[in-house]
Amino acid sequence: MQSDEEYLYDCDSGNESSGDDVGLEFGLEGEPGGGGGCVGAGKYKETEDYPYEVLSTEEITTHMIECIKEVNSVVNIPITTTRILLNHFKWDKEKLMERFYDGDQEKLFLEAHVISPYKGSMKSQKVPVKTSNGMEECEICFLNMPSAMMTGIECGHRFCTGCWTEYLTTKIIDEGMGQTISCAAHACSILVDDQTVMRLITDSKVRLKYQHLITKSFVECNRLLRWCPYPDCNYAIKVQYPETRPVMCKCRNVFCFNCGENWHDPVKCHLLRRWIKKCDDDSETSNWIAANTKECPKCKVTIEKDGGCNHMVCKNQSCKADFCWVCLGPWEPHGSSWYSCNRYDEFEAKQARDAQEKSRAALQRYLFYCNRYMNHMQSLKFENKLYSAVKEKMEEMQQHNMSWIEVQFLKKAVDILCECRQTLMFTYVFAYYLRKNNQSVIFEENQKDVESATETLSEYLERDITQENLADIKQKVQDKYRYCDQRRRKLLEHVHEGYEKDWWDYTEI
Amino acid sequence: MSLLKEPPPGVTVDVDQAHTKLTEWVVHMEGAPGTLYEGEKFQLQFKFSPKYPFDSPEVIFVGENIPIHPHIYSNGHICLSILTEDWSPALSVQAICLSIISMLSSCKEKKRPPDNSYYVKTCSANPKKTKWWYHDDTV
Repeated sequence: MQSDEEYLYDCDSGNESSGDDVGLEFGLEGEPGGGGGCVGAGKYKETEDYPYEVLSTEEITTHMIECIKEVNSVVNIPITTTRILLNHFKWDKEKLMERFYDGDQEKLFLEAHVISPYKGSMKSQKVPVKTSNGMEECEICFLNMPSAMMTGIECGHRFCTGCWTEYLTTKIIDEGMGQTISCAAHACSILVDDQTVMRLITDSKVRLKYQHLITKSFVECNRLLRWCPYPDCNYAIKVQYPETRPVMCKCRNVFCFNCGENWHDPVKCHLLRRWIKKCDDDSETSNWIAANTKECPKCKVTIEKDGGCNHMVCKNQSCKADFCWVCLGPWEPHGSSWYSCNRYDEFEAKQARDAQEKSRAALQRYLFYCNRYMNHMQSLKFENKLYSAVKEKMEEMQQHNMSWIEVQFLKKAVDILCECRQTLMFTYVFAYYLRKNNQSVIFEENQKDVESATETLSEYLERDITQENLADIKQKVQDKYRYCDQRRRKLLEHVHEGYEKDWWDYTEI
Repeated sequence: MSLLKEPPPGVTVDVDQAHTKLTEWVVHMEGAPGTLYEGEKFQLQFKFSPKYPFDSPEVIFVGENIPIHPHIYSNGHICLSILTEDWSPALSVQAICLSIISMLSSCKEKKRPPDNSYYVKTCSANPKKTKWWYHDDTV
């Protein structure tokens, strides 16, 4: 029985080989579980001619090794060096080959922080600090060690194995570094290869973390791979060319391959990112403050007026200024004959009002789109509830002399309802940034149409089903969901056409 | 330690203090002759974590006289890459002192970093928590 901790780790690392010695050399010769072969053509899924496949962590490792082998069959340098080079080129094989054969190879090795395999090892060139009795001094712990206890990589810097292990462990566990750990010597940027790391680290927890980091960086820097963003999902998607497309993971999560957010057609990734940032930061709070408050003319504290009287007394204990809410001037003259609050200072008043109007309008606009966006998001979250309610209804209908197959339309209706809500949700992000023109009016009409149809469909699905209206309801629901689906597609087509024909203008908010 | 036997010129370790607490050292340092800091005396404080030397020590200037230098803030924090991201376990206290002396010696004009007042107001007490941006190797 494993300890809990180990068990946790095993889970976390997905399918990577566990602690024993197959290790991170990732058994280039004897592949652990390598039979799985991940590129079988049958595994590709076709979604509107965008082929992709879902890889488990084990398959990712296999894929990584295949990449290394493929390059290695051409360039014929040590496998560890190939791995570092590939990592340097973000696993773009073509780029690596191009540089390897077209450019200055020495420069390439230097940039990738490896010692050229064509140069004789520098180990012999550096004279280790030897003391009289054939012992070497480790520059980290200053202990004298027999040479057998000292080790180093191609750059020739040697330290004792204990210090190496401690150094690598710190880098892996505390700093989360994998493929980018450099030699422990000062100002030496030569990278430590994976074989050396796996040789020196014996703690299985650290080894697993290292493997995990390597797989993680392999996926993250590879433009043809992306982790499924779903919490605790360990699968990655592999595509043949990167594009803004929906992909579905084995966990059934559908997301955008380009940005990793939920699939967000029709809005584009960069606008969605802007929107999410806007919703997350507090920019609209300050807008609310600008639209609804004034500052005390004396101490500048922010004040919201909550009563009708214009005589304001600042609540700030160290200020207590009396002033007029309307003109922000001192209150004193308002009771006397030289009362000037009613005398309009055209310029100043206009400026103040304009600024406030602007803030108000911007806020109104944002709230308008945000409310609708949030509303669809909220409704989508109820989808699970709706599915179970519909399931109940389907059972009920089967008792009313309908066959199983006849009641399937209800599930289909919920599927379409969810799709429509998802699309509608993102149309509001798109619309928020859209500048008004003829096409945007058409878009809004389409949006309105889908939205009202979707709401009707939603209503139908929540209505009670009785014996009498059964056939009637079925007809209605089917008609409605077909309409919704059709209109949703039309709306998307229209937006896509706009992308192609450059119809859309965006505002700079 | 070689720092005690053959320290760089003008550098001494406060041995008594180091004896009372091994994880906190104070190093006395003198401005090198022929530089802008000639004749000035400074104190450097070193704090070592249990992970030293695999984790870099926390090094700041303390005491009355904080050198006025474009990479040294008035609270004693030092912008020096080997103290954070370029740290190597093969570096020693001696190597750090040497780096700092050379940083002082190559200075041509005594002034504080341009963002001094803002940084000093907002930074953490531990300079290692600051994300330093190393861009100027000339001084």
